[in-house]
Amino acid sequence: MRRFAELLERLNFTPSRNGKIRLLVDYFDHEPDPDRGWALAAITSTLSLPTLKAAAVRDLVLSRVDSELFAWSYDYVGDLAETVSLIWPKQHGVNVPAPTPTEVVDAVSRASRADAPKLLETWLDACTASERFALIKLLTGALRVGVSARLVKTALAERAKIDVAEIEEVWHGLEPPYRELFDWLEGTGPRPDPDHRAAFRPLMLANPLEENDLRNLAPQDFRAEWKWDGIRVQLAARGGSERIFSRSGDDVTRVFPEITEEMTRFDAVLDGEMLVARRDGDGALVVAPFNDLQQRLNRKAVTAKMVQQYPAFVRLYDILADGTEDLRGLPFDQRRARLEQWFARMKPVHMDVSPLVPFETWDELEAKRAAARDAGIEGLMLKRADSLYVAGRPKGPWWKWKRNPLTLDVVLMYAQRGHGKRSSFYSDYTFGVWRPADDGSLELVPVGKAYSGYTDEELLQIDRWIRAHTTDRFGPVRQVEPGLVLEVEFDSIHRSTRHRSGVAMRFPRIARLRWDKPAAEADTIETVTKLVT
Amino acid sequence: MAKRRSRAKLNMMQTPRAESWVKVRPGGLWIEPGDFFIDPTRPASRAVITHGHADHARPNNGHVLATPATIAIMQARYGDQAGATLQSLPYGQDLTINDVKLRFVPAGHVLGSAQVVLDWRGSRVVVSGDYKRSFDPTCDAFEPVEADVFITEATFGLPIFRHPDPQDEIAKLLHSVSLYPERSHVVGAYSLGKCQRVIALLRRAGWDQPIWLHGALQPLCELYERLGIPLGDLRPATTAKKNDMAGQMVLAPPSEISERWSRRLPDPVTCVASGWMQVRQRAKQRGVELPLVISDHADWDELCRTLHEVVRGEVWVTHGREDALLRMAELEGMKARALRLVGFEDDEA
Repeated sequence: MRRFAELLERLNFTPSRNGKIRLLVDYFDHEPDPDRGWALAAITSTLSLPTLKAAAVRDLVLSRVDSELFAWSYDYVGDLAETVSLIWPKQHGVNVPAPTPTEVVDAVSRASRADAPKLLETWLDACTASERFALIKLLTGALRVGVSARLVKTALAERAKIDVAEIEEVWHGLEPPYRELFDWLEGTGPRPDPDHRAAFRPLMLANPLEENDLRNLAPQDFRAEWKWDGIRVQLAARGGSERIFSRSGDDVTRVFPEITEEMTRFDAVLDGEMLVARRDGDGALVVAPFNDLQQRLNRKAVTAKMVQQYPAFVRLYDILADGTEDLRGLPFDQRRARLEQWFARMKPVHMDVSPLVPFETWDELEAKRAAARDAGIEGLMLKRADSLYVAGRPKGPWWKWKRNPLTLDVVLMYAQRGHGKRSSFYSDYTFGVWRPADDGSLELVPVGKAYSGYTDEELLQIDRWIRAHTTDRFGPVRQVEPGLVLEVEFDSIHRSTRHRSGVAMRFPRIARLRWDKPAAEADTIETVTKLVT
Repeated sequence: MAKRRSRAKLNMMQTPRAESWVKVRPGGLWIEPGDFFIDPTRPASRAVITHGHADHARPNNGHVLATPATIAIMQARYGDQAGATLQSLPYGQDLTINDVKLRFVPAGHVLGSAQVVLDWRGSRVVVSGDYKRSFDPTCDAFEPVEADVFITEATFGLPIFRHPDPQDEIAKLLHSVSLYPERSHVVGAYSLGKCQRVIALLRRAGWDQPIWLHGALQPLCELYERLGIPLGDLRPATTAKKNDMAGQMVLAPPSEISERWSRRLPDPVTCVASGWMQVRQRAKQRGVELPLVISDHADWDELCRTLHEVVRGEVWVTHGREDALLRMAELEGMKARALRLVGFEDDEA
């Protein structure tokens, strides 16, 4: 448990992605099987143990600690698992070693619900504070160390010097404690057979189209489709199992029960965009802003009300497998024909096929792109007619051609320190625009936050400016004089009840520093409102 | 349970109650029959100083009495303003000031730190100053002295503060250095005591490479060496080239590790050595990447153990989180009282 506890602790404090990968690789290097496999399961949330209720943990600690002392302590720390791990008074004379992750998993899987607290008590006496913390987090089922499943797989791939797509491909056929996986990665066993039961196929991704790229591309070689503003998903239905994967291979099946239900009717693997869409008065389908989809994604439990209020819908782009037939080796045009045939045959509800956008010349296509004001459209996708479906982001076959970003001139209001390499810089900026105050004067209201888009040199300049123009400090945040105008770029802006200004931006970033522009000439809330889609 | 001296063993003469001669005044803790303050928060004509930290040893007192090391630290920090007259008294020697017998006893907090043992007409009061019981190669270990009234600090007076073995924390730091050989490690450590303790612990763990120092840490490290605490090869961080600092260990005041000063280092891993690092959220808020729970104050277990060992009457709590400690004393049947002295830092940095 010591190594696992130390890993969790360091992951929790390490801001950089590469730093986290280094910690994970080091852990997998040194921890034996099957302990490392159980740890892998815990971090990627594939470990299902009968979980212990927080109340049981609290009862346990109150059997040993004065309730008043506990209350003050909990109040100070703010986290139950952490408070218990720190305050736990060991019984003197207990001299048993801390349990390994394997021992914990074995014992808990066999124990009855009533026995679990007893087990925990014995272990808490055997552990150090940080081991106790890891143990309680493990048993209450929420590690929260800021590491995605994707990042862990990336660490495994880097360690084995292979592409992460190879791990994705076998991942969903595997089970904790992942002995097979480690054996394969370390060259002592065969590649695990994902057995193709609703397994994830790593996605094919597009490269952004730069200004001059079009000149070298022939329009007749390409097909165009709208790039919808939702989340890219893969629907995998095979032999009675249905799974919905996000772009990175995370299993999001639970979030979309209405789609999963429809998937029980077929055997296929499809590529599409998950959206929230509603019928308007005429029965036409209208895609809702991304914000609506966010409502579904942010919830732990999906209620019937949510399904009704934010109905999910999948707009299909591609078909990777029809029954047992793998179609990834076919060119795009043939896959497209197979997709349309399949759709006509199955007629699934809550789905449609994303239409092709016809065009002869790039100019014609550009005009269509510029005219598209639909909230659900992020831009265009260009796909070579002969492109095979290849995992990853190969350069050439697919391009994404985003809609031109919107821009606003805003005023810097607050700045926050960054993390890791940027911890000595004020690098996260909250900015606002002018609106009339009650007394008729103008006041700034925050409309967004950005922490990218500037160069290293610009970051240094902004940092210096912030330090010289601070009017107030709140922990890591500084309030500054309204004196620096930023030109921000963003993909779209939506109504939001969560923000004071009533709007929320999508993908805001700093485009330019407008040292030349007086703050009073920055944009107003009226201008912002006109851009809302 | 607290040990209590039975009445029969006391002098026949009526022993004065501690409240009658040890008093809280706006300037701090005042010993009336001796007419002196202990760690006064505003300039006093006669001051007894427990140790050199700035919230205890303030400049511009009249007559100052302290251990030789504390006097040296005050001179290094304040120069001419250390006090009008300075008198040093080694550990264990008695001195009588207007009838009050006074003696310094090691407190184990930093070099020169002392508890003040006071005897007056058969009543004994011990003022702990700041103290700890855990291992520290840079100062004399805490010595328990029984007292009718033990006046204690309570900086870490909550049962969640249980400091781990400092050598395990140093092992974590060294593991991190091996994990990120291309980065430097910058450890935030308070300039008096913590800094030298971290260096000494590193040396004991086998780290014999140079240790690089922020300018603010250099004078006291030099003083420690002059006072006989060897710290090995120390160099000013400003003289190093950025590229040479990969894999190196740097110490700086905690306030500087995430400041512009640290940009001279290659992608530093920011570490802070402090008892507060025990609480995750607190470490996270400060953007610390590697928290090291190394404290120069007693943790909860040390506070409880000390009270059991020395209190034969009452415990008074000067500053810190006194509620929980008072509650503990009450549960254990001790008489306890909060003095609520102001002017002492809650943050040991």
